Amino acid sequence: MKNHIRWFIFIVLLSGFCLYVALPASVKGITPDDPICAEYKEDPSVDTKGVRCDEHIRLELNGDFTPEIDLAISQSLGLDLVGGLRVLLQADIDTATFDTETLRTAMGETANNINRRVNGLGLTEATVQLQGVDRVLVELPGVTDREQAVQTIQQTALLEFVDFAGLLNNAQSYEGQQILTTEQIALRSNRGEGENAADIFAGARNPNTNEPFQTILTGNALDRASAEYGASSASGIPSWYIVFSIKPEFVETFANFTASRVGQPMAIVLDGEVLSAPVINSALSDGGIITGNFDQDSSRQLALQLQSGALPIPLKVIGSSEVGATLGQVSVERSIRAGVVGVLVVLAFMLIYYRLPGVAANLALILFILLNLAIFKLLPVTLTLPAITGFLISIGTAVDGNVLIFERIKEELRAGKPLSIALDSGFDRAWTSIRDSNTSTLIICGILFLFGQTPGASIVSGFAVTLGIGLIVNLFTAVIATRTFLYLLVGVGQQAIEKRQWLLGIRGA
Amino acid sequence: MENNTVLTIVVLLVAVGILGYGIVTRKKTSLFELVQNRRLFFLISASVIVPGLIIMAYSTIVTGAPFRLSVDFVGGNIYDFTFTEVGVSEAILRDAFSQVGDDNVTIQSIGIATDNRWSVRGSFQSDETVQRILTNLETVSPIDREAFQQQSVSPTVGQEVARAAFFAVLVACFVVTMFIVLAFRQVPNAFRYGVCAVVAMLHDVLVVMGVTSLLGLLLGWEVDALFLTAVLTVVGFSVQDTIVLFDRIRENIPLHLGEPYETIVNRSIWETIHRSLATQLNAFFIMVAILLFGGETIQQFIFILLIGLLTGSYSSIFTAVPLLVSWQKGEIPFLEGDIHHELVPSEAL
Repeated sequence: MKNHIRWFIFIVLLSGFCLYVALPASVKGITPDDPICAEYKEDPSVDTKGVRCDEHIRLELNGDFTPEIDLAISQSLGLDLVGGLRVLLQADIDTATFDTETLRTAMGETANNINRRVNGLGLTEATVQLQGVDRVLVELPGVTDREQAVQTIQQTALLEFVDFAGLLNNAQSYEGQQILTTEQIALRSNRGEGENAADIFAGARNPNTNEPFQTILTGNALDRASAEYGASSASGIPSWYIVFSIKPEFVETFANFTASRVGQPMAIVLDGEVLSAPVINSALSDGGIITGNFDQDSSRQLALQLQSGALPIPLKVIGSSEVGATLGQVSVERSIRAGVVGVLVVLAFMLIYYRLPGVAANLALILFILLNLAIFKLLPVTLTLPAITGFLISIGTAVDGNVLIFERIKEELRAGKPLSIALDSGFDRAWTSIRDSNTSTLIICGILFLFGQTPGASIVSGFAVTLGIGLIVNLFTAVIATRTFLYLLVGVGQQAIEKRQWLLGIRGA
Repeated sequence: MENNTVLTIVVLLVAVGILGYGIVTRKKTSLFELVQNRRLFFLISASVIVPGLIIMAYSTIVTGAPFRLSVDFVGGNIYDFTFTEVGVSEAILRDAFSQVGDDNVTIQSIGIATDNRWSVRGSFQSDETVQRILTNLETVSPIDREAFQQQSVSPTVGQEVARAAFFAVLVACFVVTMFIVLAFRQVPNAFRYGVCAVVAMLHDVLVVMGVTSLLGLLLGWEVDALFLTAVLTVVGFSVQDTIVLFDRIRENIPLHLGEPYETIVNRSIWETIHRSLATQLNAFFIMVAILLFGGETIQQFIFILLIGLLTGSYSSIFTAVPLLVSWQKGEIPFLEGDIHHELVPSEAL
C-alpha cells in the first residue's frame, strides 16, 4: 500500500507538470505576437519589459544563477498545418566529378548561404537542412510569395567587379548583356564543368584582347550591402540602388584598383550579366554604390543575396510542396474535433464496460494524453497531420493494456480468488502479453521512421514518431499508473466493492 | 466505367459463390465451436481475398499496375486549386496545362460545383512552369492562395521513395517473423506459431491490397507513402492481436492436459474474445471519429487502416489459430502434424 501511495504522489506531481507544459501558450500569458517579441527574436538579450514571448524550463544546479538545463517549451507545427512552402533542391552539377569531401564542404556553404538568405527574408521559423550529400531541404512556414522565395533561394548571386578599362564609351552598351569573366571560368572549373563547356562561350569577351574580362573582386569581398532609395546618379531622378562596403582585408585591392583606373569604366556583374558600368571618378576605398534597373523588391533581394554570399553550387528544384494557410487551419480544427469526440467515446465505453476499473483506466488515459502532449512540446515533436493521427491512434490502442489486465482480473475473480490476489495476478499475468504485443508495433514504427527519412516520404516519420512515443508511454500508464489508481480505489472501499461486484463489471455476483 | 460495373458484378458473384459453398458444406456443429468450423472461416477469407486478387489482376491488365501509384512513387505534380470566381472549367484547366506542354493531366472537381475547387495531377514541372500555370489561370479567375495546395515530386525522388518502400516492406517482413519466432521460442513448435502469425499478417495485407485496388478502379484512390504506412501499421496491429491469442494458448496447454488440442484452442479464443472486442472497439471509435470529423487529406489513410484493423481482428481468431490447429492435425498438405501424440505431457511444456 505504501508503495502505491508513493507512486500516486509521483503520478499526481507528474500530471501537474505535464498539464502545465501542455497548456497552450496563450493560457499562460505568453504573447508571441506582441510587437516587442519581434525584437526579442532577433536578439534574445532585449529587455521585453515583462512581456513573455516564449517559455523555457530552466534548472539551476550549482546555484550561480546560470541555467544548467534550458528547455524551450513550444509546440512546433508542420507545414501542412501552418501553411507554407517546402522546397527540395539538388546540386545541379555532375556530382561524379567531385570528391565527396569537396562536395560536402561546398554544399555546407551553400546551405549556410541559403539559411542567411531566408533569415534575411524575415522568416525566422524557416529551416534549411542538408540532406545526404547533394541536397538541401528548405522549409518556409507562412510563405505566400512562392516566386520570390524560390528565386531568392535558388539564384547563385555571384557578384563581380570587372575591369572594363579601355572600353570607355562602349561600356554602357554592355549593360544587361552577358559577359565572360575570369572568375566565372574559375567557378565553372571548380564545379567540375570544365572550361570548354559549350555555354561558357555564350558571354561576350573583352573586344580589346579577345580574352575573358578580368575580375577584380567578387561578392565575398563585401562586408555589408543594403538597398536604399534616392537620387544616386547625376540625373537626379530618385531610384533604388545598393550601398555596399568592402571587408577590411579587401580594401587595399579595391582601393589600388580604383586608384589606377580613374576615368575608366568598371563593370558590376551579377551571374554574368552586367548590371551597370559606371566610370570611376575618383579612387574608392571601402565601399560604393551599385545602380541598375532596380525596383524596391529586386534591390532588396539582391542586397540580401550579396550580403549572404554567392552559392558555390548551382541548385535545381527537384521537389516542392505548398500548402495554403487556411487548409492547414481547417486540418488543425478538424483533428482536434475528431480527437475530442474519439476520446470521449472511449472514456464512456471504458466506464460503462469496466465500471470501477474503468475509472482507473480513464484516469490513466487522461494521464497518457497529458504525458504525450508534454513530450511533444519538450522533445520537441513537429506535429503534422499524420503525426496527430498517429497520436490519436495511439490513444485508441492505449487502453489495450488496461483491457488485457482487467479481463485477467475478472477471470481470477470468477475463479473465486479474493480481490487483492486477483488484482496482483491480473497485472502480473497480463504483462508478457502487453510487452510482446507493444513490441511488435514498436518494431513497425522503427521501420516506418527509417522509411520516413527518405526526403519524398518525410510525411511518414511524424506518424511513426507519435505512435511510437504513445506505445512507450502506454507501458507506463497502462501498467503502473492504472495499477496505482486501481489499488487506491480498491484500498479505500474494499469491503463495499467485494459486496458489489457489478462495480468490477462482473455480472451475476 | 462500363467495364468497372462488369468487374464489380463478376467479383461479387465469385465472393458470394465461395461464401455460399462454405456455408452449404459447413459442419453441422454449433457455431460457438469456432475452431471446429475452420473450413468455413478459411472460405470466408477466400471470398474476400480471391476477388481482391482478380481485381488486382484486372487492374494490372488494364492500367499496367495493380494500384494507381501516386506522385510519391512515380513523380509528378499535384495541384489543389480553389478559385474565388466562377468560370473555370475542366477544359480551361486542361488548356492551361497544355500551354506549358503538359498534355496528360487528370482533372477532378472537388466538393460541390460552387466551391470552384479542382484537383489536378500532371507530370513533374519546374518551379518556373508552375508559376506560369498559376499566372495563366489567374487570368481566368483569381486563385485563393490561402486554400491552394501543390506538391511536386521529381521522378528521381519518386524512384527513391519506391525503393525505400520496397526495402521497408522486406525489412518489416523479416523482422516481424524473427520477432514472432523469438517471442514463442519457449513453446514447442515455435516455428509453427511464427508461420501461422505471418500467414495471418499476409492475409490482412492481401485484403487491404484488394480493397485498395478496387477503390483505385472505382474512385481513383491512389497508393502513396501514407498507404504503405497504413499497411505496415496494420501488420503491427495484426501481429499484436495474434500474439495475445497465441500467448493464451501457450498458457492453457499445460493447464488442460488431456483435453483435445481443438478444445484448448477454442477455450483460449473465447477467453480472449472480450479483450479482442474491447480493444478493437476502442481503436475503432477513434478511427471512425477521425474518418467522420478529421482532416480530409488523412481520410483515405484512416479508411485503409480501419479495413486493416477489422481484418486484423478477424484473421487472428479465424485464420491464425485455425491454421495452427489444421497444422497440428496434419491437414495441411506436405506439412506433418502431430495429432498422434498431442496428449503426451512433455510435449505440452
